[in-house]
Amino acid sequence: MSTFEFPESIKSRPTYGKLEKRAGKSYLFIADAEGAEAIIDLASTDQDLMTKSHVIYIPKDTGEKYQKKLNDLNIKQLYVGPSYSAAQSRILQTFEQAHMGLQVCLTGTEGLIGQALRDAIAAGIPHTSIQTEHRGSLGRRMQCVHCKGITEDVILDPFVCSHCGLNLFVRDHYSRRLAAFQGVCIDAEDPGNIPESVELYK
Amino acid sequence: MSGAEKINVKVTNIVKLNDLVTRFEFKRTDGGLFPTFSGGAHTVIELKDGDLTRRNPYSLMSDPMDQDGYSISVRRDDEGRGGSLFLHNNIKIGDDVVLSHPVNLFSLDLRAKKHLMIAGGIGITPFLAQIKQLDRSHGNWELHYSVRNQSLGTYVDDLKTMHPNDVNIYYDDEKNFIDIVNLLDGQPLGTHLYICGPKGMIDWVVGEASNLGWPVEAIHYEEFLAPQPGKPFQVKLSASDKVVNVGESESLLEAIEREGVDAPYLCRGGACGQCETSVIEADGEFIHRDHWLEDEDKISGKKIMPCVSRFDGKTLVLDR
Repeated sequence: MSTFEFPESIKSRPTYGKLEKRAGKSYLFIADAEGAEAIIDLASTDQDLMTKSHVIYIPKDTGEKYQKKLNDLNIKQLYVGPSYSAAQSRILQTFEQAHMGLQVCLTGTEGLIGQALRDAIAAGIPHTSIQTEHRGSLGRRMQCVHCKGITEDVILDPFVCSHCGLNLFVRDHYSRRLAAFQGVCIDAEDPGNIPESVELYK
Repeated sequence: MSGAEKINVKVTNIVKLNDLVTRFEFKRTDGGLFPTFSGGAHTVIELKDGDLTRRNPYSLMSDPMDQDGYSISVRRDDEGRGGSLFLHNNIKIGDDVVLSHPVNLFSLDLRAKKHLMIAGGIGITPFLAQIKQLDRSHGNWELHYSVRNQSLGTYVDDLKTMHPNDVNIYYDDEKNFIDIVNLLDGQPLGTHLYICGPKGMIDWVVGEASNLGWPVEAIHYEEFLAPQPGKPFQVKLSASDKVVNVGESESLLEAIEREGVDAPYLCRGGACGQCETSVIEADGEFIHRDHWLEDEDKISGKKIMPCVSRFDGKTLVLDR
């Protein structure tokens, strides 16, 4: 099963719901990896939904696993791409041409949901009206608060910043503008005193 | 003192716009500047009518950045409790009245990429101030304004002259109606919808927008309720230890104020939530008329909005 119950945390930490059918003439799904399961689940409750849906899907390490199932859903327009940045210009153009009433559904990892949410907000969609459902990896998109570099899919805490090499503590403090959690140097006061890394939520 | 801060003003001009609507213009008696406001704000005008103090909310329709004067445009309501009639019949140039500081319950969401405004009749007034505000910031807006006929088209000529491409007028008597479904359907992502007009129009537009999947966060509307007359009733105010008789044509809030109890309020129209009051004991039926309380609050019988709601029964004790 690809779902996970996040424990309660600070206010800035994003929370996720479950995708549901709502009024609207068209849908845009942006999903990665196990997010495909949330789309497949929703499609199973309403056969017609996919005929008015544009799906932008980034399989990541799930490869071909969900490809056939998605192909069989009768999706109006399905794009499969290698990464969020590769899909981004398509996503931005879709927002630019869309009309009010478009239902935006984001599902998959926190990094994907966060980045798509950031771009949807910039396109003028009220953030509370955007549906999200977390599926799959608990890895996070982290910003190093020191060098500002982004490290994707961080699953260990602490971890080494992929840009400046500092040892960073994984915080729940989240920035919607940056679509990233904040990573803070863990051994600033006592250099070299670094606790052993553990997997998030283990 | 409850409500927003007060400003003493003089009536400097009265302009009859048509059979029903008159504009009242005010300047401060101390010669000072008014605060600027945001488009959509209203003021509560305080009028001394003999022993009675009338307090009525009206949208400010002057330029929000104009600190020299405020203006309101008032539609005469011959069926109402007499506030608008009193303004039309009794207020003269040079009279002293009291206005409240502006309070905005119908502000523009400035994150919007486009502002789509739907007005019906006197519901045009908040949009007049919003349009002036958006003009100054080069905002993207469009107005669809429905009026009964040419002669009752308040500010139609001004709007058409100033903004020929952004203003669309619909005349009821020419069977000319807003094609709301097609209008809403083609709007670009990031559009916010604003509606001010009669209740039927608000319900209709909000309903169609919801059917089309517009998010509630992008739908804004303002409907001021005037308190409706009703059967007289008695209320006990527990904190002030007073028994108040609410007359047929006054609101519960007005009756409480008449007895010298300083009860909180802002909009006096069932929208802002400021006057929410806890019920200690009740034996009878509540007549809830506000837009503020949730349905479960209304059913619970534990809360009442005294600005527009009434009570019909034996005992009512409020925590006031």
